[in-house]
Amino acid sequence: MHKYVFRRLLMLIPVLLGVTFIVFSIMYMTPGDPAQMILGEKAPAEAVERLREEMGLNDPFLMQYGRFVKNAMMGKFGRSYTTNREVFAEIFSRFPATLQLASLGVLIAVAIGIPVGIISATKQYSLFDSISMIAALIGVSMPNFWQGLMLILLFSVYLGWLPSGGYGGFANFILPALTLGTSSAAIITRMTRSSMLEVIRQDYIRTARAKGVNEKTVVNKHALKNALIPVITVVGLQFGYLLGGAVLTETVFSWPGVGRLLVDAIKQKDTPMVQATVVFIAVTFSFVNLGVDILYAFVDPRIKSQYK
Amino acid sequence: MSKAETKELLNIKNLTIHYITEDGTVKAVNGIDIQLNRGETLGLVGETGAGKTTTALGILRLVPNPPGKILGGEIFFEGEDLLKKSEVEMRHIRGNKISMIFQDPMTSLNPVLTVGEQIAEVIQIHEGLGKQDAIEKAKKMLEMVGIPGNRHSEYPHQFSGGMKQRVVIAIALACNPQLLIADEPTTALDVTIQAQVLDLMNNLKKEFQTAMILITHDLGVVAEVCDKVAIMYAGEIVETASLEDLFENPKHPYTWGLFGSIPNLEEEVERLNPIKGLMPDPTNLPSGCPFHPRCPKAADVCKKQMPKTTDLGNGHKVRCLIYEGIVKA
Repeated sequence: MHKYVFRRLLMLIPVLLGVTFIVFSIMYMTPGDPAQMILGEKAPAEAVERLREEMGLNDPFLMQYGRFVKNAMMGKFGRSYTTNREVFAEIFSRFPATLQLASLGVLIAVAIGIPVGIISATKQYSLFDSISMIAALIGVSMPNFWQGLMLILLFSVYLGWLPSGGYGGFANFILPALTLGTSSAAIITRMTRSSMLEVIRQDYIRTARAKGVNEKTVVNKHALKNALIPVITVVGLQFGYLLGGAVLTETVFSWPGVGRLLVDAIKQKDTPMVQATVVFIAVTFSFVNLGVDILYAFVDPRIKSQYK
Repeated sequence: MSKAETKELLNIKNLTIHYITEDGTVKAVNGIDIQLNRGETLGLVGETGAGKTTTALGILRLVPNPPGKILGGEIFFEGEDLLKKSEVEMRHIRGNKISMIFQDPMTSLNPVLTVGEQIAEVIQIHEGLGKQDAIEKAKKMLEMVGIPGNRHSEYPHQFSGGMKQRVVIAIALACNPQLLIADEPTTALDVTIQAQVLDLMNNLKKEFQTAMILITHDLGVVAEVCDKVAIMYAGEIVETASLEDLFENPKHPYTWGLFGSIPNLEEEVERLNPIKGLMPDPTNLPSGCPFHPRCPKAADVCKKQMPKTTDLGNGHKVRCLIYEGIVKA
């Protein structure tokens, strides 16, 4: 198991190199001059040129990228062009907000998705199944930003029950968490249902019934554990995705999280901040996935025996 | 205790099971009769799709519903009709008085539970033992089928196919059932392992005086294990007889065909003589006798008239117009 985890961590290196290279290229190719951005529209051309030289922006592309990698390996990701703060200090100060929102969103999604999926599968083609499948379809089809706006319109503007955005008390959490939770819940419901339907037809479920096991135990003990693997994968992916900052939702609800940090950094062509945020997101995502893979071993002994 | 003293254990009368699908009704089992005494072994023989497994699942009332439906008949077990029992009563019978061994040991065991847990579960349900005691008994069951008891904490994927089938047998016999239904228990196994598993089942059956329905398409297996045989074709039992009667004096043309499909070492034959044609589509069974399109003796009347069961004495029954004196043999 330890060896497996170590190997997985080693695999992070090429992933990060690839991710940073792509982001660096995109930032390099997009129009706009960071030096100009820092000094402002009206700055004299010589001053801008001097700053460009100072920041190394006139060097060839690969040289710039190489310098970035070298600094990154020493843990130096630089300072934000706009705030002049250490980029990772900025990210870490934003992360708790994102973590809280993502956790609550996934919690809602799991609490709705798994039970509804199980009931839908055990009562296939029933009214409950039809209604929950239609609801799930709507859930996955609704774009997050639109759903967020609609919730704001209903609960903040018309009813005036909940704040339309910002960060603070529990009331601030409800709408964004609900926005994130419902679309994830829809995906998890569908996954749980289809996975359960597949498992419930297996021979070992018939064996369990032939032993005289009651239907509740058949579902909760014999079927669920087998059906959970693909569900765990989806929950993990959703969580990883939300941890990277749900960019649209955070923007709609002016949530001070990592997602909005990234959007603002892109707008201001704040290359160090964009780079660091993307590296951070990639690492978080990889760690969540690693966690999911380790979790598999506890659910399925066949997978455990492969982690040698 | 009068019920326990009667010889008869199982009496199936006119059992009919269909699968109702959008593409038509699959007539899997069409009015079969089976009679079995305590401690007896019946071989239920037929080609794939003859309705053998559906019959077995029907006895346990485990035919998947929908699409399967038991449309009629009676299944008397220890004098009581299983089709009239509630689901809760059936659960007390399944795995306890009647248990089943399924065809494919590779898929019959739950991959995420240890074999010990899977054996112990049936003991816990029916014998009311606590978890620890049930595990202890599960270990004994493992020893009985020839697997070291300390392997109880291992998972199915750590066992070979033959071993898995032994585990399945241990589950089936754990509560000392009156009736064991074995659905092609050796088909998925290597030939050498087949013999071991059959021996094991034979010994355990004698030891515990368990009656058994052995579902197979292998007449060799039948000869080794069974007391009597029922030949099934297109959802009907076309011939029933004691083992000796059936092997020495088969009556139904389909049974002749089955024997003609077995290689014989003593006779010099150029080629085997298989039954011509294929099993009819159960959604669209032929009129009259369902075997008539493949029957070498078929006459015109076979297309129209459904044969009745003719009792030839000594428990030998056959469903063919020849024995009703309507068609010439």
